[in-house]
Amino acid sequence: MVPLSYYLVLSGMLFACGVTGFLIKRNIITIFMSIELMLNGVNLSFVAFAARWQQLSGQVFVFFVMVVAAAEAAVGLAIIIALFRTRETLNVDQVNLLKL
Amino acid sequence: MLHLILFSVFGFVCVAGAVNLLLQRHPINSALSLVVVMGSLAVEFLLLGAEFVAAIQVIVYAGAVMVLFVFVIMLLNAGEEERTSGSRVAWLLGIPAVLAGMVIVCWALLARSNAGVAAIGALPGHPADIAQLLFHQFLLPFEVTSILVLIAIMGAVVLAARTESVARSKRED
Amino acid sequence: MTPNLHLWLIPILPLIGAAINGLLGKRFSRQMVAGVALAFCGAAFGMALWIAARFSSLTLPHVENLATWLSSGSFSVDYSFALDQLSLVMLLIVTGVGFLIHIYSVGYMWEDGGYYRFFSYLNLFMFFMLTLVLASNYLLMFVGWEGVGLASYLLIGFFFLRDSAAAAGKKAFIVNRIGDFGFLIALFLMIKHFGTLDFQRVFDAVKPYSPETAGVGFLTAIALLLMLGACGKSAQIPLYVWLPDAMEGPTPVSALIHAATMVTAGVYMVARSHVIFERAPSALMVVAIIGTLTAFFAATIGIAQTDIKKVLAYSTISQLGYMFLACGVAAFSAGIFHLMTHAFFKGLLFLAAGSVIHAVGGEQDMRKMGGLRKHIPWTFWTMTIATLAIAGIPPFAGFFSKDEILWRAYQASWIYWLIGIVTAFLTSFYMFRLWFMTFFGEYRGAAAASHGHEEHVLDSRAGAPAPHGHGHAGIHESPAIMLAPLVILAVLSVVGGWVGWPGSLGGNNRFDQFLGPVFRVSTPAVNTEHAQAGESLPPEKETEGAEPKTGHRTELIFTGISVGAGLLGLFLAWLLYLRRPELPDRIAASLHGLYSAVAHKYWIDELYAWLFVKPLIALSGTVFWRGIDQGVIDATLNSSADGARDLSDEVRHMQSGNIRSYAAWIAVGATAVVAYMVWVGLRTP
Repeated sequence: MVPLSYYLVLSGMLFACGVTGFLIKRNIITIFMSIELMLNGVNLSFVAFAARWQQLSGQVFVFFVMVVAAAEAAVGLAIIIALFRTRETLNVDQVNLLKL
Repeated sequence: MLHLILFSVFGFVCVAGAVNLLLQRHPINSALSLVVVMGSLAVEFLLLGAEFVAAIQVIVYAGAVMVLFVFVIMLLNAGEEERTSGSRVAWLLGIPAVLAGMVIVCWALLARSNAGVAAIGALPGHPADIAQLLFHQFLLPFEVTSILVLIAIMGAVVLAARTESVARSKRED
Repeated sequence: MTPNLHLWLIPILPLIGAAINGLLGKRFSRQMVAGVALAFCGAAFGMALWIAARFSSLTLPHVENLATWLSSGSFSVDYSFALDQLSLVMLLIVTGVGFLIHIYSVGYMWEDGGYYRFFSYLNLFMFFMLTLVLASNYLLMFVGWEGVGLASYLLIGFFFLRDSAAAAGKKAFIVNRIGDFGFLIALFLMIKHFGTLDFQRVFDAVKPYSPETAGVGFLTAIALLLMLGACGKSAQIPLYVWLPDAMEGPTPVSALIHAATMVTAGVYMVARSHVIFERAPSALMVVAIIGTLTAFFAATIGIAQTDIKKVLAYSTISQLGYMFLACGVAAFSAGIFHLMTHAFFKGLLFLAAGSVIHAVGGEQDMRKMGGLRKHIPWTFWTMTIATLAIAGIPPFAGFFSKDEILWRAYQASWIYWLIGIVTAFLTSFYMFRLWFMTFFGEYRGAAAASHGHEEHVLDSRAGAPAPHGHGHAGIHESPAIMLAPLVILAVLSVVGGWVGWPGSLGGNNRFDQFLGPVFRVSTPAVNTEHAQAGESLPPEKETEGAEPKTGHRTELIFTGISVGAGLLGLFLAWLLYLRRPELPDRIAASLHGLYSAVAHKYWIDELYAWLFVKPLIALSGTVFWRGIDQGVIDATLNSSADGARDLSDEVRHMQSGNIRSYAAWIAVGATAVVAYMVWVGLRTP
């Protein structure tokens, strides 16, 4: 018998770790992994709420999130590879051509 | 009671893995930590009764997506991170904002929430039931996401392929 | 049954003339321009005569309401014109003398540029003056009041390429404006207390009040403010300073506007508002004092002036002082009488002076004239008649009107009379001084017998006066078109006073009787039955009758004294300027401090400049221009523009191209949203 809010707090903490990773890491791949971490936290939240409201569509939604996350990871990593070819670096701070 | 113990243990593992991801300097270490997180998350799913989701979490997420990550890390020969400072804002504004948000959410959830309790296996998510939903109510999103995946594959292939000039220059060496 | 006299046509006709000449006159020939101007002005004069002929058959006051002008709540003002004896007198003066001066100007301005513009302005002036005179409410009168100020400005600065002329026009307008401010406040007070500006309704509302002898009430305030307006328009102390400078304008302008008509508007206005003034004795006293002081003050300046037109200008100020003195002792019809005779002889003086200036080729300094009576006899004789009239020598016009004023002034206080007599002496002195210096003795000027060797470029540029000496032989008489008005005005200067032949000399003062119904109707608390019976026998005649022979004898003695003052002035002028011409310089040298003060007009202009003009210009330059306009308005706009630019300059740094900083901002925003949602969620129970 675990209060549902514990699950939600856990989910929140995972999400916060993901955001923090995004902010402090300089390697683009690590940043991507932080994004995956955020998505996982959200998945846990979905399942928790599905259990709360006794609706399976919460779990189905997790399924879709995973699909999309996979697709996104694939495309994102392909972009990183293409970027690496031109810039020779994985450091995010050195990819700032869009500044004003 | 058991539920609470299991939840705490695996919750702790999750968070530990996430924090380790932040602390490690080499991306491969971070990737492995993320695998640990995903695994313990699968157990959390199971505790809530979502069998199917737990399974595909391990198979797809930990088994395919993370493998992809590891492949790319090894392909690009990513080394340890250098210490460059790019953005003061990220440190000065972003971290406090995240911390503040976390504090607010935790407080709201723990002190004021009446979300109720969940038992072990609160909502059994059998594959048959999920499939029922998936192919009836959620058919359209299902089809659309499959097309999405197809496009993603094509895109990834195009983006990551070697360009002709690079290939030719490599051949001429 | 009141016939419709179409009073509105009288002002409108000159307006049409002004419009035609102003808009199309540039393409007309001079004859055409003159023709248009004379036609419309003459038509107005003709209408005035026609109305005068039918006057006795009208019920008075005759009001014609054209349309409602504005209406706001309970306050409304109409375009309406009114006719009574007072306005008929003013109407005839304005149109008659105006028409004569139009004729004169056709000849006088012939060589000048901007011919059509001159006549357009002149007709425009007639329009405004007639509106002023015929208006039946204060607001329409104010329109005319302001309009004549505008026309005066345009005409004074007619030769606009001359700096002094432009400055004089500005000065006239601005000083007038100060008076108009007083007029406006008086109008506001009237609206506040009476709710209307219509003459009849205002006067009906004022009549129940008893005279404010206990000090200053709102009627006194209104009266004093109206007097301030009159001071500006009629050049009394302290706002007279514009009139001498106004001599920069062409001489017909000086004659029409600054002698006969515009400057008398103040007197007319005070006379029209006599109902208010009679109930504010302290205001009446102020009027009398200002009039007396101005008359004396201006006369003292006049004796030391050397420009012929300036002498006449100060003389005008002085005579206007007499008119205000008359109004101040509640002898309103005497004031209007003097207004009429003054229009004749002062108009004549100015026109004749113009003829003199024309004859000697543009010279205005009397020290360079002399002995002209042989060369320009017509001008000489008409000017002589005018000089005799202004000096108050019987039986010329000025004698009757001035004498009546002095007699009525004596009845109020002997001080007024004393200063008035001294002023009459001074008036006679400086006018005959002018007469002797101009027409007698040796010619001291430069216009030689033949101008053959001088080349004349007839300067027909619009903004500069043409040299008035032409290629003919030397000093010459003016053409007939200029002499005819002189003669007519001379005749009027002789006979014009006879309508006011006083009872003491055997007449019955028809002028006073004619204006009686206007000024008697509201005498407070006394003799109302006489007014209602419409008797033409004025009460003052009764009082004069009540003290029969003794009253007449006293009046005759005073009449003799005033004639004596006039003759004394003539004698002194003869002595100093014909017999012993070296004396004036010796006297001036021995009294040199006093003489210097008088010759410099008591440095009043310099005083005003130091006291008002310079501080105002300095204030305007530092506070209003640099301080407010540049410092506040411009600075606000510029600083807001600069601020926007600086702000965007700062914000621009957010776009750094660095992903992590973007993410940080997103995190901040997301946290804010989360916090807000939690707060909302916690608020709803």
